[in-house]
Amino acid sequence: MADGRKALEPGDINALMAAVAERQDVDAYQLLYKHFVPKVRAYMSKIGSDRAFADEMAQEAMLTVWRKARLFDPGRGQASTWIYTIARNVRIDALRRGPRPTFDPNDPAFVPEDELGADVAFERQQDADRLRVAMASLKPDEIKTLRLSFFEDMAHPAIAAALDIPIGTVKSRIRNACLKLRAILKDA
Amino acid sequence: MSEAARNTQGRVTVLHHLSDELLMSYAAGTLSEGWSIGVATHMSFCPVCRQRLSEFESIGGHFLECEEVEGDETSGWEEIQKRLDVPSSNVTDIAVRSDALMPQPLFSYVEAAGGLRWRSLGSGASQMKVPTSDPSTIVRLLKIPAGKPVPEHGHSGREVTLVLAGSFGDSVSVFNRGDVELADDDLTHQPKATPEEDCICLAITEAPLRFTSRIVRFLQPFLGI
Repeated sequence: MADGRKALEPGDINALMAAVAERQDVDAYQLLYKHFVPKVRAYMSKIGSDRAFADEMAQEAMLTVWRKARLFDPGRGQASTWIYTIARNVRIDALRRGPRPTFDPNDPAFVPEDELGADVAFERQQDADRLRVAMASLKPDEIKTLRLSFFEDMAHPAIAAALDIPIGTVKSRIRNACLKLRAILKDA
Repeated sequence: MSEAARNTQGRVTVLHHLSDELLMSYAAGTLSEGWSIGVATHMSFCPVCRQRLSEFESIGGHFLECEEVEGDETSGWEEIQKRLDVPSSNVTDIAVRSDALMPQPLFSYVEAAGGLRWRSLGSGASQMKVPTSDPSTIVRLLKIPAGKPVPEHGHSGREVTLVLAGSFGDSVSVFNRGDVELADDDLTHQPKATPEEDCICLAITEAPLRFTSRIVRFLQPFLGI
């Protein structure tokens, strides 16, 4: 980080998020806020040229992280992933693309997964480390393509235009990236 | 209850899943509303695809985490601190309704349209258009009588078909409740509802179906399909 302080590690982030989830720990939330708000602002800057509006949406997302904190389950996934999904939903609303249809675990028709084993939470932490290793194994072109999709809000035709490549190439890069990621994640 | 609804009581085991492409664009937030209805309704049935979704979302989390940023990380803290009310305890207690045929989010869309209302397509099949705010897709429910063919059509662009009751199939595969069939431009086939009961499915298409049956095509403008 610019000021030389130690960046938060993924394990720290999960522990801080769990503290916010379990006991509304404001100090923990403040550390998360400082860590994530510039990143979420960068993510929101893709909404358009209105910087103030993007900042406002970033604040909105971070406030939602606080308000919905008790829905975060550290046994079920990474805090950074959870924060990403919140920021994504705020961005979809901000872009006024219409509602985002989603399943609901409280729906009586919802088919639940079988009970997770005791060691799954531990495995999920390992998954985050493995994902980093797996992402590092991708070619720069593949990472760039994935990033345009996940961070820059581009559908496949927009990615093809931005990189000046055929849409078939976009799809094959994504397909190759998925194959590699899956091979590494399943393997370890 | 109809025969179709009775069949929905048993546990659903999905055999035909969503593609990486659909799941990934849903995870990234770039999939439009119409497709998302099919994707999300399938996931109500399918723990496997929900697990795959969270894997794709973790790629998004990875990019968020990797984002290198300069600038004032404390800005906005004063303002947000004032807004840190006690989180409400009932965030999860929003009443959700569904019926034996349709899980969420499909149920809400059909309910908003005034409930199930079938319109005959002739030849025994009927449909209901599901209104959305997405002009790039057409979302509809189709009911095909037991043993009858799905009205013959060539696919125009991508198509997602999710079985809600009964089943349909062709010589290659059978699709049961919860299963999703994905098709694109060049596939022309004529699946049939299996003989035991009527088949109800959710079909999302890119453009109006081009029915190749002359009668249905002739009636297309009048039926609004």
